[in-house]
Amino acid sequence: MSRLARHIEASGAILLALVWVSPLVFAFWAAFHTTSDAVNFNLTAPWTLDNFRTAWAGAPWLRYFLNTFLLVTVVLAGQFVLTTLAGFAFAQLRFPGRDVVFILVLMQLFILPEVLIVENYAMILRLGLFDTILGVGIPYMASAFGIFLMRQAFKSVPVELHEAARIEGCSLLGILWRVYVPLARPTYLAYALVSVSTHWNNFLWPLIVTNSTATRPLTVGLSIFGAPESGVDISVISAATMMTIAPLLVAFLLFQRQFVQAFLRAGIK
Amino acid sequence: MARSIDIDRRRKAVYGWLLLLPAGVLLSLFAFYPTVATFWSSLFSRGTRRRPSEFVGAENYAALFNDPTFWTVVQNNLLYTAVTIPLSIVIALVMALWANSRIPARSFVRTAYFTPTVLPMIAAANLWLFFYTPGLGVLDQIGRVFGFAPVNWLGQPDTALWAIIIVTVWKEAGFFMIFYLAALQTIPEDLREAADIEGASRWTYTRRIVLPLLMPTTLFVMVNAMINSVKLIDHLFILTKGGPSDASKLILYYIWEMAFAFFDAPRAAAMTMLVLLVLCVVAAIQFFLIDRRTHYQ
Repeated sequence: MSRLARHIEASGAILLALVWVSPLVFAFWAAFHTTSDAVNFNLTAPWTLDNFRTAWAGAPWLRYFLNTFLLVTVVLAGQFVLTTLAGFAFAQLRFPGRDVVFILVLMQLFILPEVLIVENYAMILRLGLFDTILGVGIPYMASAFGIFLMRQAFKSVPVELHEAARIEGCSLLGILWRVYVPLARPTYLAYALVSVSTHWNNFLWPLIVTNSTATRPLTVGLSIFGAPESGVDISVISAATMMTIAPLLVAFLLFQRQFVQAFLRAGIK
Repeated sequence: MARSIDIDRRRKAVYGWLLLLPAGVLLSLFAFYPTVATFWSSLFSRGTRRRPSEFVGAENYAALFNDPTFWTVVQNNLLYTAVTIPLSIVIALVMALWANSRIPARSFVRTAYFTPTVLPMIAAANLWLFFYTPGLGVLDQIGRVFGFAPVNWLGQPDTALWAIIIVTVWKEAGFFMIFYLAALQTIPEDLREAADIEGASRWTYTRRIVLPLLMPTTLFVMVNAMINSVKLIDHLFILTKGGPSDASKLILYYIWEMAFAFFDAPRAAAMTMLVLLVLCVVAAIQFFLIDRRTHYQ
């Protein structure tokens, strides 16, 4: 193949990459400059941390961070317990009605929680969970997707290990805990990465079921902070946006391979 | 002997159901019951203080079909779907082909493509706000260099939905890329060698060998993109709020607005039922088209 074509292709790839990161790069740059320097593209302008100071003072970010952290922890803990138990039942136990229930669970893959906001909201009110972190997290805990993922992972565990543990006198839950869970560690890691980044970024549902600083996650806080009505300027919004995405972005840049592998594993099943 | 097997079987059934119980309860509370309840409440009128809600049959659906905003929103969503799906698939494919070939700065390129995937949609919307701000935004600044007048990208009906579409494509293309990338890496190297020996051009090789082999991935990505075209609406809250004059309003946003801004839960429920119907069709596509591929692999 001609060298020219290869050069064109490489430049195309790099050009597209530059276009793709440009919103991020621009916001990063704007976050460290005064608004007038930012909108005038004054490349030699001095760097400043003022925007971060203004943004930090403008909203209870620490609380929002804590809320988001609690939310992803609660969701993940719930998902691990529920999907492990259900995935194990679907993978390793034979009992009447199992396959019918499994199809019902698979159906939930298409009934998106996002679409059922009206009735899920009514349910949260009924359970008295409105404006609680548990209320934000609970609809996602019995994730059909997670159950499916765990079932696949547990199915690949050799029967001999199960039998050996049973002969040693291990109970069913003991076998699950000592044999299956350790062997499925890569699946847990992948699932954790996907779950954490999904719920760190989730917006619509938390917007509906939270109503106070004490429960609002970062995304909802950011949307309130950046609303045009509050009249904050570009550089300050950039600084706030950078703050909220920093933890996940840094984690992603450090553990890029694991992230990509996790999303792949989760997607391809 | 037969008796102990029977007991064993029964015990297994009890264990099985017990293990399913916690997940089953939550799935019932937040998926199955709400689905049925949505259907049920879509058949009742909105209760007011004076008039309690009563059974009205298909009236909410009829009201919806007579609501011009509903049809605008449906049209918007169809356009949104029809543009974001092929556009993000093509870009994802190109990205994957590039990120898989031997080019300089390959790891930077891959990271750059994938990064939007890990950002919240709300943050993505904020980032793009600076591109779209009339006069001061990046797009208008670039436009000014070439002598174009400033454009209010988000504030005029002709461009608002397109501005939304671009953000969606930007967000999801890198995500779809990784599936193509993974699929490309499973294509055996000897196919390329064979193509080289036969004197096939790179383009022919891509079109005749690579693309057909990527077909299952494309179907998988397509189902995901379809679901996303219902689900990805967070950026509307920041960028346009569905405006101007509903020009960029999408269905899920309208459902939210109907239920939580206009407090018309029954009509929101009727709309939800229609969306669920569409999702059923997507599910059917998944089962009949995608799961078939496993048979000849």
